[in-house]
Amino acid sequence: MNSYAYTLLIPLIPFFVFLFVGMAEDKLKGKLGGLIGTVGLGIATFLSYYTAFKYFITDHVHGTAYTSVKAFEITWLHLTEKLTINLGILIDPISVMMLIVVSTVSFMVHIYSLGYMEGERGFARFYSFLSLFSFSMLGLVLATNLFQMYIFWELVGVSSFLLIGYYYEKPSAFSAAKKAFIVTRFADLGFLIGILILSFTTGTFDFQTLVDPNGPAISSAGGAAFMGLSLLTWALILIFVGGAGKSAMFPLHIWLPDAMEGPTPVSALIHAATMVVAGVYLVARLFPVYALGGPVALEVVAWVGAFTSLFAAVIALTQTDIKRVLAFSTMSQIGYMMLSLGVSGYGGEEGLGFMASNFHLFTHAMFKALLFLGAGAVIHAVHSNDMSEMGGLRKYLPITHMTFLIACLTIAGIPPFSGFFSKDEILVAAFHSNKILFGIEYLVAGLTAFYMFRLYYSIFWGHDRHYHHTPHEAPLVMTIPLMILAFGSIFSGLLPFHHLVTSDGLGFDSHIDWMIAAPSILIGVVGIAVATLMYKTENSRPAAVAKTFSHLYRWSYRKFYIDEVYLFVTKKIIFNYISRPVAWFDRHIVDGTMNGIANLVVFCSFNIKGLQSGRVQQYGFVFVSGVVALVLIFVYLL
Amino acid sequence: MIDNIPLNSFLVISTLMFFIGIYGFLTRRNLITMLMSIELILNSVNINFVVFNKFLYPNLLHGHFFSLIVIAVAASEAAVAIAIIINIYRNFKSIDVENLDQMKL
Repeated sequence: MNSYAYTLLIPLIPFFVFLFVGMAEDKLKGKLGGLIGTVGLGIATFLSYYTAFKYFITDHVHGTAYTSVKAFEITWLHLTEKLTINLGILIDPISVMMLIVVSTVSFMVHIYSLGYMEGERGFARFYSFLSLFSFSMLGLVLATNLFQMYIFWELVGVSSFLLIGYYYEKPSAFSAAKKAFIVTRFADLGFLIGILILSFTTGTFDFQTLVDPNGPAISSAGGAAFMGLSLLTWALILIFVGGAGKSAMFPLHIWLPDAMEGPTPVSALIHAATMVVAGVYLVARLFPVYALGGPVALEVVAWVGAFTSLFAAVIALTQTDIKRVLAFSTMSQIGYMMLSLGVSGYGGEEGLGFMASNFHLFTHAMFKALLFLGAGAVIHAVHSNDMSEMGGLRKYLPITHMTFLIACLTIAGIPPFSGFFSKDEILVAAFHSNKILFGIEYLVAGLTAFYMFRLYYSIFWGHDRHYHHTPHEAPLVMTIPLMILAFGSIFSGLLPFHHLVTSDGLGFDSHIDWMIAAPSILIGVVGIAVATLMYKTENSRPAAVAKTFSHLYRWSYRKFYIDEVYLFVTKKIIFNYISRPVAWFDRHIVDGTMNGIANLVVFCSFNIKGLQSGRVQQYGFVFVSGVVALVLIFVYLL
Repeated sequence: MIDNIPLNSFLVISTLMFFIGIYGFLTRRNLITMLMSIELILNSVNINFVVFNKFLYPNLLHGHFFSLIVIAVAASEAAVAIAIIINIYRNFKSIDVENLDQMKL
């Protein structure tokens, strides 16, 4: 035990809240369940901040590297002498950073939901699920080994499933929940195989051993090869498949837009700020292995990230559902983070991309949660998700309007908001690594600014629509989290991440490279300007542009038909040519054999049951005939 | 006197009794009659014991004793059987064997 042992409480408090609120659901009247959940998470948040303060400031000796500390560990499953599965808590820069992200956003969402979910059926159920999610996510970020991470990885999947399907009476909600679960579960298969290969080649699940540059993982890089790549590289690629599923990377992204069927605070918490960045966290967690052991896998990460960020940004341009725009924007930003990890090297200044990725993860969590909660306030006011039913809301929702504007400026990368700093670091890292990737990201930065301001103007500017009742500002319990997150969005860019969260634990000096920052501000401003021109007042320009690029517009609007491709592949090909024959075989051959045996037995029993009639004289007759027959045989034949 | 009658006559009698008993046991519905048929079968066996003893081992008494044992067994069997039949009658209000094809009431 050591001075961090109390961190065990951080995941455990939400867990007990989940058990308590979940079991006492019917008895908790009014908002009591929500208040218990909020207070529990408040304590966990406080402990997280205290841990961060202690780890980064009071316990750190200036000029030395940040080390990872195992606060707690028990052997959970003892399978053989060599194979044990542990559960524990690992404290290191990225896990502490994630603690802050998860607990802050979760706490804000807890408070916000007190207002947003008021009067919903199953209010306490909602809070018990939120607590379950918080527990799982905190357990995930604090995991000491890959297997523990996998356990909590599945747990966040389950809680995401439960929360997306919160309105389980709505068919679209539960089909979205199923879709999210199945797609991520499919990706997790890759993750599991990756874990097995990785632990097979290295003999350990433990992160501290795995990421040790002289440890067994990295030295096995030159080991057995399969299809031209080392086993380690394959393991890393497969683990990345799991991460890509959770983080909605192309082509496993199809669940994220549908997941917006869940309540908006859930989208803010799970599908914007925390769970979807679990994939980024996973790659960051194993980053030394990727960087030193499997550069090819890292290149895959970079290209998948870059492609996804462009792909999602293009789709976001034309979507009309406000939450879906934000969902695609999330995908695009996570693509940024993946790309940034992908182009990073290990150690010192080389690790700029690693730092930038975590930095962006941090700032993104703030502004994306803010955007979603702002969108929630708008939806709360007008009872619709559709942008075409919104307009001129800035008069009615002044606080939401201001905070939303701040978030839009942040994501567009306008200084001095935090998004500028983190995005700039990513662009610098990409520029020094690969000019094509840099070009893609540069373009995406412009697209991001454009679609965010398209969203902003469509909601808050233009003329009023026919509202059912005059839209009103959300209650204080909802606007306070907005303001806190807006504060975070503005100032979190000033955190000295290059001293705190680096690939090897040592800080390095970083400064803004104006050669790259200036053009990136410029393209952000251009994006905003174009959006202003097209959407500030309603005019015919958007329609004209859509007409000019009608093919591209349609493809983007239909999300490049990826869903249709999946449906085609699953329904037409897999169902028809694989599942049906297999099902037929199962029903007729496997079941048929068993049913045949059963039928045969029944048939025989029916036919011989007459022998057991219970009539004494019949038995006697059979007996006598038998005796006579035997006598005849013995006398005449033998 | 018995020395004047040939062995075959005794055997014919006992065989007839035996098969009459079997016939009665298999065809009569009435439990009492079935019991009487069993007595016939047992008595045909007794005749055989006595006769074979007399004709084959005139100096020994084993066959006689066996027939005495059979008579004792038949007596006790009759007592038990009649007790059972009375109980059956109390439950079924009949002593027809056709009704007795179930393991429970």
